[in-house]
Parts: sequence; structure tokens; C-alpha cells
Amino acid sequence: MDRFGFTISKGRQIDWEANNRDVVDFIIEREPSLKSCIECGGCSATCTTGNFTSFSLREINILLKRGENELVRNKIRKCMLCGKCSLVCPRGVNTRNVVFLAKQAFQKLDNHAV
Amino acid sequence: MDKHIVVIGGGTAGMEAAGQLALAGFAVSLIEKEKDTGGHLNDWYKLFPDRRNSSEVKDYLDKKVSSKSIRILTETYIEKLNSNKDGFLLFTQDGTELKADAIVVATGFDLFKSSRKEEYGYGIYNNVITSKDLEKMFRKGKITMTDGNEPKTVGFVHCVGSRDEKVGNFYCSKLCCVTAVKQAIEVREHLPESKVFCFYMDMRMGGAYYEELYREAQEVWRVNFIRGKVSEASESINDKLVVKVEDTLAGRPLKIELDMIVLMAGMEMSEGGKKIAEQAGLQTGENRFFSPADHHYANNISDKKGIFYAGTCTAPMNITETISHARSAVSEVINYFNDKA
Repeated sequence: MDRFGFTISKGRQIDWEANNRDVVDFIIEREPSLKSCIECGGCSATCTTGNFTSFSLREINILLKRGENELVRNKIRKCMLCGKCSLVCPRGVNTRNVVFLAKQAFQKLDNHAV
Repeated sequence: MDKHIVVIGGGTAGMEAAGQLALAGFAVSLIEKEKDTGGHLNDWYKLFPDRRNSSEVKDYLDKKVSSKSIRILTETYIEKLNSNKDGFLLFTQDGTELKADAIVVATGFDLFKSSRKEEYGYGIYNNVITSKDLEKMFRKGKITMTDGNEPKTVGFVHCVGSRDEKVGNFYCSKLCCVTAVKQAIEVREHLPESKVFCFYMDMRMGGAYYEELYREAQEVWRVNFIRGKVSEASESINDKLVVKVEDTLAGRPLKIELDMIVLMAGMEMSEGGKKIAEQAGLQTGENRFFSPADHHYANNISDKKGIFYAGTCTAPMNITETISHARSAVSEVINYFNDKA
């Protein structure tokens, strides 16, 4: 019976109150330009990693802002820190530094390298 | 010149048109259904994008209509409108007869009645208010919930009654986005500890210095912008307002509890305008606003000779556009009499 196949689906809903936004606050304190992001996706369009994997910096930005930190933690490993995204951003966000600081934030929270 | 022009509607467009007509040498009667002239300006505290006091614009308009060739008739509306070969004959509700050589229709807009979007709970839940209600609070200098406390979280719902087939309004009211951004900033100024959210379908910041205001809202005031149409608001067990929205940029549904919801009511053809359209047999468009002879180059001209349009009775406009539109209506009136002569 224990292998009958029923599972409980995890809800997909973003629960604003349940999430915490420590990571994004950590980044914004050090890289305030992230506040100006309008989710245009220019960074993702130019991203080499994004052309070969599901990595998207635009998605990372929105997940950070919503406090979906667990998802970001794994996704962010794919970034090669080439910085091409910073060159196209129309709002002048230092996107490369955002990734860098996100890694730092997780490292601090987890006490080991991300 | 001994021509007499009747301007119907004493808001921004009507006042500007009346003032310009007087400057051009016409005798003018300005008809206003309310106690005071000024229209929606009287309901707004500060104006986007520079957040100047609306009374400054009102003062300018008051000065403009202070000419002795303008007669202002407040608490007056038109009951009947006849045209003949000499011009027009208008009858007000108290039977006063007004002869006019030309008419400028400046009947403006009405704010969308937010209770029509029942799912947002206006008039059902406490602390669901409209953009206009919030302006009243700004004027008082106090933003409070029904229990007298200050809200800690405030959400702005864009596109209430705009871009919504369900209420029969396909069009964009165009000013609500920038109004929401302005009001979001003002809430943050009043309540520095508050968290503010804007739920939008698209940010339509197409005006001088609108985008800059949007950017200020993000950078200085940390307003949270969430792209998605709010599907419904409900009340939680602890008396909070629960909003459900698809966070379209995250591609996931989002749930949030708020203390206050502000509905950004759109603009609709005014009831007064509809009455005039019927009385004078004027053509209206699919959006129910007056339909000018040509949207590109005859935007002030109606389908009836001698009747002209000024301002938001033809489409949503901001104050700058309204004033320009009223002035161009006056130049069409001048052309009309020059052609006739």
C-alpha cells in the first residue's frame, strides 16, 4: 500500500507573509541598483548560460524580491559571472554584482560556500 | 464681436475654453451642474507628476474665468437643446432660455463606479477604498482604516474599470498608472513604516516625467510592483484583506494580506455628457465618449455644425492635454465664425 502512488503536491502559491526577504535586503543594502529592475529580461536574453540552460537572471531577480530564496540558491550556481548582462541593462542595474552578493548572502546564511 | 457661446461643463476644459473664448472677444455662458466650478480638480489634493497642489491649477482657472464677458451659471444643467438656422436655443432646468451661436461641450468624465467590480469588495469590506477616497485622506493629512489605526500594508489595484471587457470598457484610462505611482509615494511619505504594493497589468507611464516618477517609487520609496490582474479580494479571519493575484513575472500565483486596498478607478463618459449626446443627437464612439469628426486633425469638431468638444468628453486626458484641447477647441470656434462671415 505504501507504494500506491499517491503524493501530496506542494502548493505553487507564493505566500508573501510566509516568505522572508532577508537575502534581497542584504543585496539591496550593498547594491541599491537592484531596486530599479523592471523585469524587462534584457539580462536573460544576452546570457550565454541562459542560452544553454534554464538559468534566467530576470527570474532570479523576481524570486529574490518575492523571498523564494530556496529556488534561487540552486539556480544561481549556473551563472559564470561573465557580466554581459550588466552591459545591456536599461535601468543600470549592476546585475553581475547582484549574483555575486546573492552568493555571499547564502554563504553567510548557510555558513558554507554556494 | 457680438457672438454668444455656451460652454457646457465647468471643469478644467470648460473653464479654460471659456477663458480663451473671452480673450478672443466672445460673450460666454459657462454652465456647471455642481455648486462650484473646477470639476474633478476639487477632488484631488496633489497632481502628478510634480505633486503640486491642485488648488494652484484651480486658481489659474478661476482667474481665467473672472473676465466680465463670462457669465457663470452654477447648479445649472441643460434640459433641452434645439438648433435652428441662427444657431442654438438651450433651456436650463429652471426654464431659463439661452441663445447660442455656438456650443462648446466640456462635459468631462465620471470616475468608474468601483462597486461594479464586486470581486474587489468596494462597499462590502472595510478598508477597500478608491483613488478618490485616498485623495480626501491626503487632504486631511491622515490615512486611517475604519478602526482609526494607520494601515501597515497598502495595495493599489490598477485598471479598475479600464481594459476590462467584463465592464464594457476596452480602453485604457491612461492616467491611473501614474496616479497609483504618485499615491503610492504619498502613502510611503505619510507612513514611512508602511509597505506598499502596486498590482498592474502593464505600467503605462507615457507622459513627461511619468517614468521618472515610477523610478523614484522603486528607488527611493521601495514600492513593490507586482505584475498581474487581481482576481479577487476577500476578508481573512483576522480582519485583513487577502488579495490573490497571478504574479505573471514569477509565473506563479501569489497571496498577500493587506490592511488597505486602493482601487484605481478609470474614466468613463460622464452621465452629463450622455444626456447632451442624446439631446443634441451627437455621435459617440464604441468607448461611449464623444466621437470627434477626425481623431487626427479635427479632434474638437463634432458631427453637428457649431458644436465643438473640449477635454475629456472625447477621451481620457491629463490636465495638460485637457487645457491644450480646450484651447484648440476655441481656435476651431474662431475658424467657424471666420468661415461663416
